[in-house]
Amino acid sequence: MIRLVARRLVYLVLVLIVITFLTYVVFFVGNPNDLAARFAGRDAGPAQIRDAAVRLGLNHGFWYQYWHYLVGLLHGSFGLDFQNQVPINSEIARAFPVTASLVVGSVVIWLLIGIPIGIMSATHPRTLRDRAGTTFALTFLSMPTFVLGVLFLLVFYYYLTRAGLSWFPAAGYVGITTSPGQWFLHLILPWLTLALVQAAIYTRLIRGSLLDVLGEDYIRTARAKGLSRRTVIYKHGVRAALTPVVTQLGIDVGTLLAGAFVTERVFGLPGLGQLALNAIGAADLPVVAAVVVLAASFIVIMNTIVDIVYALLDPRVRLA
Amino acid sequence: MSLLEVRDLRVSFDTDDGTVYAVQGMSFSVEPGQTLGIVGESGSGKSVATQAIMGLTPGATITGEAKLEGVDLLAMSERELEAIRGSQVSLIFQDPLTSLHPLYRVGHQIAEAMRVHSQVTKAQAEDRAIDLLGQVGIPEPARRVRDYPHQFSGGMRQRVMIAMALALEPKLIIADEPTTALDVTVQAQILELLARMQRDYQTAVILITHDLGVVADVADEVVIMYAGRPMERAGVEAAFVEPHHPYTQGLLQSIPSYSGRTGKLRPIKGYPPSLMRQINECPFASRCPYVHDECRVAPPPLKPVGTKPGHLSACVLPADRVGLSAAAPEGAAAGAGAAEQ
Ligand SMILES: Nc1ncnc2c1ncn2[C@@H]1O[C@H](COP(=O)(O)OP(=O)(O)OP(=O)(O)O)[C@@H](O)[C@H]1O
Ligand SMILES: [Mg+2]
Repeated sequence: MIRLVARRLVYLVLVLIVITFLTYVVFFVGNPNDLAARFAGRDAGPAQIRDAAVRLGLNHGFWYQYWHYLVGLLHGSFGLDFQNQVPINSEIARAFPVTASLVVGSVVIWLLIGIPIGIMSATHPRTLRDRAGTTFALTFLSMPTFVLGVLFLLVFYYYLTRAGLSWFPAAGYVGITTSPGQWFLHLILPWLTLALVQAAIYTRLIRGSLLDVLGEDYIRTARAKGLSRRTVIYKHGVRAALTPVVTQLGIDVGTLLAGAFVTERVFGLPGLGQLALNAIGAADLPVVAAVVVLAASFIVIMNTIVDIVYALLDPRVRLA
Repeated sequence: MSLLEVRDLRVSFDTDDGTVYAVQGMSFSVEPGQTLGIVGESGSGKSVATQAIMGLTPGATITGEAKLEGVDLLAMSERELEAIRGSQVSLIFQDPLTSLHPLYRVGHQIAEAMRVHSQVTKAQAEDRAIDLLGQVGIPEPARRVRDYPHQFSGGMRQRVMIAMALALEPKLIIADEPTTALDVTVQAQILELLARMQRDYQTAVILITHDLGVVADVADEVVIMYAGRPMERAGVEAAFVEPHHPYTQGLLQSIPSYSGRTGKLRPIKGYPPSLMRQINECPFASRCPYVHDECRVAPPPLKPVGTKPGHLSACVLPADRVGLSAAAPEGAAAGAGAAEQ
């Protein structure tokens, strides 16, 4: 197990190095003068451009530059934003909690919805309950996130507010440390928007996975031992059905942490997705580069976590 | 009183393609401490019949009677059946590679049954699991008890299954082709182990197989099953020396050591009937060399035949017409059949 974790961590570092290298090649290799101009800021004069060239180490060789960049990243520095010349770190530090709040909250909601419905469907296949579960899943699966988001805004913001009940804000974000209540109110609609679509996916995933498992010989063995239906379903069935769910969850969380673009946009949440979209819109190269590195890192890190959890769940992987 | 007495068991499944009548009037009984062999070709309903009486065929429609020490299992609630499964009746399945849970240690899986059925502590159950693993011939049981199924070979896993089945000293073990998935040398070891455990624990065994050789070695009695019905039941000796039913005779002639000096194998021609309808004639009629008109009217009931007590056959042929020598070559049989008409 320790060897497996060590191996995965070494691999993680290697992949991160490759990612930073590729990002570096794509964003930072080119004519030094053009590059310096692109990084010096919107209103930069010749002196500032020269400063930028020095800061980026553009007058040194390629490997020195890359090393310089890598050391900067290791110190948690992504450089300065092109538009306003503020440290990108602080922008990310502001945006990340927003996205993280959005993702963590909706993960909790979609698992709380998806797992029970999935289990219910799988344990009562082809009954009314299963059909109800399937209908739920298909409804939200066929609904794009932005449609659902706009629908929520229409109903819970527009109609309620018109009816004199301004319970939910239309947009924006309030930090949990500033006001937990406001944090919750600002996030509840985005959470549901993101969670319902995901819950639909997980309902199907768990139903399929559990149905497969319940058809396995070892489930018959468990029943033949005289275990109660409950023990058979949960301890023997669900336990074995979780593996594909964990894999999917890792991928989803990694991808969403890099920015839940649509949901953030619809609800005006200033998260990483918004940051990335704005940066792309403004051709703000340093920020785009930073977000790319960050997004790729989240996905790779989540994959590593999935591999380790997988090994914890399954002795066949752990002891291999 | 028989330990288990199954009478007119019928099991069907409603599927998208129609109803499958998998078992259509199966009857058999098992005496305490004895071994009953159930033999039949693939699809004849051996697994369905034995699993249905234990409530292990989800979605099946079941009728008939299956009395364990006089109490009908088919009339029991799921709860009552749970109390019997694993403690009074244990099952061992065909494929040991897929029959153990891949995510739990074997010791835990053996202990699990003990802990639901009796008041033992975790430590006691674990000790007993080690003891059992030793008894079924697993070396270093105290260490192996903490291993996972994938760390065992197929034969060793079947030993684990046997240990699990024995954990609560059941009165009956249903072993459904316990050696089919194993290679030949391991097969013999497992059968020997099963026989030894049966002796030590005084357990009755239902041994399901399509290998008549296995039955000859270990069974006391045998039921020949075909298309969901019993064709013949007899003590092992009678079944091999004085087979009455043409199907039994056909089976015997299709195994190499029985085909005599000519060395010519005689596989039974034709195919079993479809199970998509209820069969209201002798199910073997279409393949039988001796078929009579009355075979087509209704499935013949079991009737006493031969010289040994308890020898029953579901065939209209004369009761004293037993033994392979009585089975004439096909041409002659057709002639005889014609002559009788
Ligand atoms: N759940 C089910 N739904 C529909 N049909 C089934 C089901 N289970 C079994 N059957 C059918 O019942 C018949 C008898 O099956 P069974 O498994 O009892 O045969 P068997 O004698 O054990 O054969 P084998 O020697 O191959 O194990 C087969 O035709 C099978 O297709
Ligand atoms: Mg079978």
